[in-house]
Amino acid sequence: MTDLTAGGVNAPAIRRVEFDTEEAKARLRRRYRSEFRFKVYGFAALAVTTTFLLLLLSSIVSKGIPGFFQNVIVTDVLVDAGKIDPEGNGDAATLRAGDYTAIARAALAEAIPGIEGRQLKKELNGLLSSGAGDALREQVLADPSLVGQRVKTQLLLADEADVFLKDSSTTIRTIADTRGIATPTGTTGDVTIFVGANDFADDIAEVKAELKAKAAAIMEAIERRKARGAGPESLKDLEREAADLRIRYEAAATSETLDSKTPSRLVAINGGIVKVKEMTPTLVKGEVIIPLKSTADAAPGTWQIRVYEKPESNRNLNDRGLTFLEALKAKGLVENRFNWAFFTTGDSREAELAGIQGALVGSILTLLVTIGLCLPIGVLAAIYLEEFAPKNRMTELIEININNLAAVPSIVFGLLGLAVFLNFFNLPRSAPLVGGLVLALLVLPTIIIASRAALKSVPPSIREAALGVGASHQQAVFHHVLPLAMPGIMTGTIIGMAHALGETAPLLMIGMIAFIVDVPTSLTQAATVLPVQIFLWSDLPEPAFKMKTAAAIMVLLAVLFVMNGLAIWLRKKFERRW
Amino acid sequence: MDMRPDPLIMMTTQTAQATVAAKPKIVARNVNVFYGEKHALKDVSVDIPERSVTSFIGPSGCGKSTFLRCINRMNDTVPSCRVEGTILIDGKDIYDPALDPVQLRARVGMVFQKPNPFPKSIYDNVAYGPRIHGLSRSKGELDQIVEASLRKASLWEEVKDRLTDSGTGLSGGQQQRLCIARTIAINPEIILMDEPCSALDPIATARIEELMEELRHNFTIVIVTHSMQQAARVSQQTAFFHLGHVVEVGETPQIFTNPTDKRTQDYITGRFG
Amino acid sequence: MSEHIVKSYEQELAILDSKISQMGGLAEQLVGEAFDALASHNPARARATVASDATIDLIHRELEEQVILMIARRQPLANDLRQVISVLKVAGELERVGDLAKNVAKRAQTVSGETHPKGLLTGLQHMTDLASRQLKDVLDAYAARDAERAIAVWHQDEKLDAVYNSVFRELLTYMMEDPRNIGLCTHLLFVAKNLERIGDHTTNIAETVNYMTRGALPEGERPKGDITSTTLVSGPMR
Repeated sequence: MTDLTAGGVNAPAIRRVEFDTEEAKARLRRRYRSEFRFKVYGFAALAVTTTFLLLLLSSIVSKGIPGFFQNVIVTDVLVDAGKIDPEGNGDAATLRAGDYTAIARAALAEAIPGIEGRQLKKELNGLLSSGAGDALREQVLADPSLVGQRVKTQLLLADEADVFLKDSSTTIRTIADTRGIATPTGTTGDVTIFVGANDFADDIAEVKAELKAKAAAIMEAIERRKARGAGPESLKDLEREAADLRIRYEAAATSETLDSKTPSRLVAINGGIVKVKEMTPTLVKGEVIIPLKSTADAAPGTWQIRVYEKPESNRNLNDRGLTFLEALKAKGLVENRFNWAFFTTGDSREAELAGIQGALVGSILTLLVTIGLCLPIGVLAAIYLEEFAPKNRMTELIEININNLAAVPSIVFGLLGLAVFLNFFNLPRSAPLVGGLVLALLVLPTIIIASRAALKSVPPSIREAALGVGASHQQAVFHHVLPLAMPGIMTGTIIGMAHALGETAPLLMIGMIAFIVDVPTSLTQAATVLPVQIFLWSDLPEPAFKMKTAAAIMVLLAVLFVMNGLAIWLRKKFERRW
Repeated sequence: MDMRPDPLIMMTTQTAQATVAAKPKIVARNVNVFYGEKHALKDVSVDIPERSVTSFIGPSGCGKSTFLRCINRMNDTVPSCRVEGTILIDGKDIYDPALDPVQLRARVGMVFQKPNPFPKSIYDNVAYGPRIHGLSRSKGELDQIVEASLRKASLWEEVKDRLTDSGTGLSGGQQQRLCIARTIAINPEIILMDEPCSALDPIATARIEELMEELRHNFTIVIVTHSMQQAARVSQQTAFFHLGHVVEVGETPQIFTNPTDKRTQDYITGRFG
Repeated sequence: MSEHIVKSYEQELAILDSKISQMGGLAEQLVGEAFDALASHNPARARATVASDATIDLIHRELEEQVILMIARRQPLANDLRQVISVLKVAGELERVGDLAKNVAKRAQTVSGETHPKGLLTGLQHMTDLASRQLKDVLDAYAARDAERAIAVWHQDEKLDAVYNSVFRELLTYMMEDPRNIGLCTHLLFVAKNLERIGDHTTNIAETVNYMTRGALPEGERPKGDITSTTLVSGPMR
């Protein structure tokens, strides 16, 4: 008391917080400003994070959603006994071995009749997946009485056709207001169509304009290369091409040849479709893709010109396939349905047949091994370190090493697994057992650290209470401390498992990257896991696999979300407060 | 105690006689406790009589809790702690290497400063001790032990309809009485209480004090408290600890009206500077 | 004695002591003045003395209130408890001393018209001096927390009793000599008795002081010299 009241010689003047002085107001404004600034920074940081997350998610989802769907041809097929069971013995083995692809092809030929010639037939059958008959086989196996009858079934489309249907980048322009009477010279093979008016003049102009644009683009490219110092030798080909193009578009010739680099033009006439190869304003020459019904004159407006805007060379599906597909679509036979098979089949070289069940089961088996090893070892290690280990230099050293182990790059664990489990113990390659062992090593430090934190967070008063009623240290730990720490331990374990689920690098080292079609059924069978499957697919060139990759990522993310959600739920449900 | 007709003693005749009659339950001789380098207790010698309440008072860090924790060897759980000297309970050295400290703690129960029921049901809280020590032969017997313990802790009437509720849902005072019930469920001879009322309101405190008054007929109670008034109210014997020494031990009435040591007097009258 | 951590507690205890010394001073003064009024046959002075007893009563009430308040607020323990309780008891004794002195003054008023035999006043004068000195000594012992001095006062009361015994006999003799003296002598007998009682109160205070400082009452029986209760003087008429 006396210290405050006795105004010593050096006692500072007594100041109080003022409300009204300019200085005080300025200080207040400064404080408000700095607080506002902090809020803005925080919000901005959050906004950036959210934006990136949304971008990532929306990109994956938009790419992945089509991967969950698949286009099929839904039609009635005749289950021809001669193709699957010529001897009529009807046993399962025979039925299973039957040539269902032939039946599927026959059904397709029925849907688009009159296709002649090996080449065209091959193109038509190419629309079907190599597994097109699988659904029918299942139906027949389930009900052998279907043999010899007409059955409504689904024929799986090949990935090129599937992707084409999902991808809207190829637009088809139809010119229906044709002015002249068209007369085809034949119904199949190469035909010429004479037209009463110059219906194709515009098309020729368009083609020339495209050629001109292309020539300009090539010239530009030449200029760019020159600027970068490219030798004249290397530019020779480009220059020649540009010159050729220039000749073509500058020539006043009335005839123009179409190739795969310009948009394809087709004429739909008399129920058939003719692909244009060469055209003048009043005449086109081309090959028939879908046979014409007759060579009769077609009145203006009853025939059409179709333009496939994307040049054939830029597509995976050529003009013939596209035309057949469009015809099937026009007949209403194509259906887009959810691809359950994605979850029930293993990997495949054919994108439309590839599924993630193999990887999913592989992941589950691997994680089973991991959790089976990690949880008991990790928890027991944590309990011993936290509760029983003498606090000395040795324990400290072990603790530091465990913490360091958590920061070791995962690939190192893969190398360790390769050296120890494969080379020393001679365990099978690519097996979930080894994968689980390696991931267990990887996750163990995480679980030990999380479990120790959970054990540490149990208040010492509980321990004391147990000791106070005559429980031994071990009884206190196992009866009271451990149950209370369990939610924390479970949370740590689940997060560790989620980490393990997403881990790829160490599994590459032990050969889990192999292409494996079969769904694994045991711990020692070759298998792969979800992230590795994603890695594998992402490397493949087919656009269908790109979709599958995104779809598999979505599945992986969903599993991770569920696991993290489970962790949060466990924590919320069992968490106790003191 | 001399036999002169001292009015002060006349006033407390009953207590005095009780103390004289009771043989010492706990005998501590030259107890020294070290926490690493720190010498926490210095040559403590105290006799604690049977079936009475003995309170330890003293400023914070004086060693009273440390000594309390020596009586049930709770200090064994502190790795750096070293205890010298002898503590006898009924003439038996509790620091005898042949004696299991866990069994000792079943005979010397402890109630802590903060009510610390297990986050389990009220029933399980009380039944835990008897279960791990195998004190009941059947479920019915266990039920009886639980009820009797809760009754002795005067908590039965309040919780008999919600024995399956969590013990942590009770009020602070009820929690502390639950902790006492949990302790007496294993039927110890001695109950150590480390500031059992410091986290409680005055009414809850009064209930605990009333409980102690009842329990002292069956148990030897040792209580550490910061409240001089509480020590004066509940105990028959008081020991004043200061800087690791026992400064004065005596009948509670004498300590609080006419302490012999100036340090005791300064402490209980609030003169420590 | 080290100071209390709570300074206001220390101050309150100091106020108790100062009030006791104030009260003691007043009581001492009252005893002297009462006798002076008696000796000088001055009824006005006697009335003034009677009136000033009210101040003692007032301080007594104040002390009582403060002690109750302190017990409620501070819950004193050990020597503080003994001091607070002693203050309560000493104040009670001093209040009684004041009352007895007031009674002496009242009687002085009543007998102011009479002429006292010379020898009688000498005895009473001696008693007053002894009582006053005892009172003063015991108050000093209180202020100094001096148990030895208090015990000395306690033992000195015997002297006062002895003087009282002789005054008692003397007065009885006077009354027997001449029945006209009976009225005056009865009053003087009460004055002597009052002075003797004041002495008893000082011994009580001395006991309290001893308790306050030592925590125990004086050892042994208090020496008592008042034998008047067993004295019977037979009349000369027989």
